Amino acid sequence: MNSALLTIRNLRTQFHTAEGVIRAVDGIDLTVRSGRVLGVVGESGSGKSVTALSVLRLIPKPPGEIVSGEILFDGTNLLTLREKEMQTIRGKRIAMIFQEPMTSLNPVFSIGNQISEMLRLHMKMSRKDARHRTIELLEMVGIPSADRRIDEYPHQLSGGMRQRVMIAMAISCNPEIIFADEPTTALDVTIQAQILVLLDQLRERLGMSLVLISHDLGVIAEVAHEVAIMYAGRIVEEAGTEELFSRPLHPYTQGLLASLPRFDKAGGRKERLQVIPGTVPTLTESLPGCKFTPRCGVAIPHCGLEEPPLKEIHPGHRVRCWVAFGEKSP
Amino acid sequence: MNSGSPSRSDTKRRPFPGTEFLSVTNLKKYFPLRSGLFGGGHAWVHAVDGISFELAQGEILGLVGESGCGKSTTGRLILGLLEPTSGKILFMGEDISKASARRMRELRREIQIIFQDPYASLNPRMTIGATLEEPLIIHRYGSSEERRLHVRQLLEKVGLDPDIVNRYPHEFSGGQRQRIGVARAIALTPKLIVADEPVSSLDVSIQAQVINLLENIQEEYGLSMIFIAHDLNMVRHISDRVAVMYLGRIVELGQASDLYRQPLHPYTQALLAAIPIPDPKVKRNRILLEGDLPSPVDLPKGCRFYSRCPQRVSDCLREDPELVQIRPNHWAACILAK
Repeated sequence: MNSALLTIRNLRTQFHTAEGVIRAVDGIDLTVRSGRVLGVVGESGSGKSVTALSVLRLIPKPPGEIVSGEILFDGTNLLTLREKEMQTIRGKRIAMIFQEPMTSLNPVFSIGNQISEMLRLHMKMSRKDARHRTIELLEMVGIPSADRRIDEYPHQLSGGMRQRVMIAMAISCNPEIIFADEPTTALDVTIQAQILVLLDQLRERLGMSLVLISHDLGVIAEVAHEVAIMYAGRIVEEAGTEELFSRPLHPYTQGLLASLPRFDKAGGRKERLQVIPGTVPTLTESLPGCKFTPRCGVAIPHCGLEEPPLKEIHPGHRVRCWVAFGEKSP
Repeated sequence: MNSGSPSRSDTKRRPFPGTEFLSVTNLKKYFPLRSGLFGGGHAWVHAVDGISFELAQGEILGLVGESGCGKSTTGRLILGLLEPTSGKILFMGEDISKASARRMRELRREIQIIFQDPYASLNPRMTIGATLEEPLIIHRYGSSEERRLHVRQLLEKVGLDPDIVNRYPHEFSGGQRQRIGVARAIALTPKLIVADEPVSSLDVSIQAQVINLLENIQEEYGLSMIFIAHDLNMVRHISDRVAVMYLGRIVELGQASDLYRQPLHPYTQALLAAIPIPDPKVKRNRILLEGDLPSPVDLPKGCRFYSRCPQRVSDCLREDPELVQIRPNHWAACILAK
C-alpha cells in the first residue's frame, strides 16, 4: 500500500448557529495515500465538504470552528500552523476544485490572468514565464487554441471549459494533493466523462493524490481506489472500491446502492425502487447511539443506545455498525 | 411523423385507448437573442426546432438530453407557459397553442407541472394548507369544508401528515417539499403532468422515495407524464418511452427498453456510455465526445451532432436528418442508423 501523505485524526468541525451547534464533522479519521484516489461519498450535511474545507483551513470563523483533531501533512499538523504558513500550503501543495467554477473564478479577470497570478505568487515566476506556463497548463487540461483562450474571461467559456480552467489552476503549482468537491456535478454527463478522464490522467501523470468528494456512487466507482462513506458527520464505512461495492456492510451504504436505478440492469417499469425511509438528519440534535438508527431497517435496540466505533472487520474494510459486527444485544 | 403506438407489452397494465391523447407536431420555439432598437430580431436561439411526438393516456415519456437541448422548453410549451413559434400541440384533440387565455386557465386543471426546485416553487409565506387550497379555490372546487377535507386527503396520499396544513415550507426537508409539490400537482386530478427534473435537487436517498410516489400516483390516477431529466438511469426506470433531444431536435425515440439496449443514434450511444455505473467491476468502452455543445444560435449545417460525432461521414453535412423509423417503434435521426 502506498504511503500516507495526509492523515486526518479525530477531526471535529462545528458551526454555531441560532438553532444550536451543528456538528458538521464529528470525529473523522482519514488517510490520503500518495498517488491514489480517495473517494468520499455523502449526502448533503454529511460533512464531506466541511472535511475538505477543514483540511485547507477555509472554515469561516465565526460561525465555524475546528474544535479538535490533527491534520498531519508532511510531518506538520496543519491545524497548528499560522495563517501565513498555511498560505504556503493552500493552493500550492494542497489544491482544491469546487463544484461551480463560475463562483470560484473571478469574472473581471481573464483566465490567463488568474492562473498567472497563482504562478507569480507561489512559484515566484516572472510575468513572461508565467504566461508561457499558463498556456502550457491550459493545453494540458485540453483547452483548444490555448494561446488565444488565455485572454478570455470566465463568462466566455462553457461550464466544461471553466472546470478545465479550474483544474489548470489547481495543478499550476504542482500540488501533492487535490481535493475535488463535486467537480462534475454541475456538468452534463458527456462533459462529466471528459473531466473525470482528465482528472485521472493528470493525477497519474503528475503523481498527485486526489480526494474526490461526490454524492454520485457511479462517479466514485469509476475513479476512486478507496472509498469512505460519510453520514451525519462521521465515516460509517471505508474500504477499497471493489470491496466496498461488492460487499457493502453498512445498512446505509447498502441502502444507497439499492436505491439507485441502473439502466444496465433495468427490469420492467413495474418495479419500485428500494427506499431508505425518513430524512437526512439535522446535525443539531445529538442522539446517543448510531445516527442512522432512525432510518435503519436492521437496527437492534443497542443501536439507539451506544454509538458503534469504526472497526475493521475484513482486511482494509472498516464499518461503524453493531449489526455488521454481529452484535445481537448489548 | 408518427411516433408509433404504445408498446404491446404495456397494454395489459395500462389503459391505452386508441384516441390520441397528446400529439405534438413540428413544434418550434425560437427566442430572440438581441432585441431592441438596433439589429433586433436577427439572431435566434433555436431552443426547440421542429419536434414531433405523441403521448398516450397513462403513458410516461422520458425526455432526456443535456443542458440547452430544449427539453425544459418543450415542457413549458406543453404547459402553455410559453407560446410556440410554430407547430401544433393537440391535447385531446384541441390545439392548446391556439387556446384563449380563459380556455388555457381551464386547461391548466388538466395539465400540471412538478418543478425541479421545491424550495423555489412554494410560496414561503403561505401555509401548506393555503398552498394546496389555492388551486381548488381558483377552479371553484367544492365548499370550504370540502376543500379542507380534500387538502388533508392529498397530504395523506403523498405520504405526509395531514396535520401539517398550518405549517410553512421552510419547516420541511427537500423531499417533503417535493411531496407537497406532488400534492399540489394532483389537487385537481389532472390528466397530464409535466415533471421537470423532479428529483435532481434531492439527496440520493430521498430521490427513490419521490420516484416511487410519482409512480404510485401515476398508476392510481392513470396519468400521463412527461418526465424531463438528465439522469438517464432514472429516466430508464420510470419511462415507457424515451425521447433523446440534442440542440432542439429529437434525435432518437423509442421504447425505453429498446432505446437503452440498442441505441441507434451515436449521440444516445455516447450518452449511455458516459453514465458512470456504481459497480467498479463493470468495465465499459467509453465513447468520449469531443468538445462542447455547439451554440443553438449558429446552428451547424447538416446534422447538428456532426461536430462531436465519432461516426461522422461527409454525407452527414448535406442535410439535417429527419427522425425515421428504423425498427418497429424505434426512431432515429441519423443517416447511419440501421
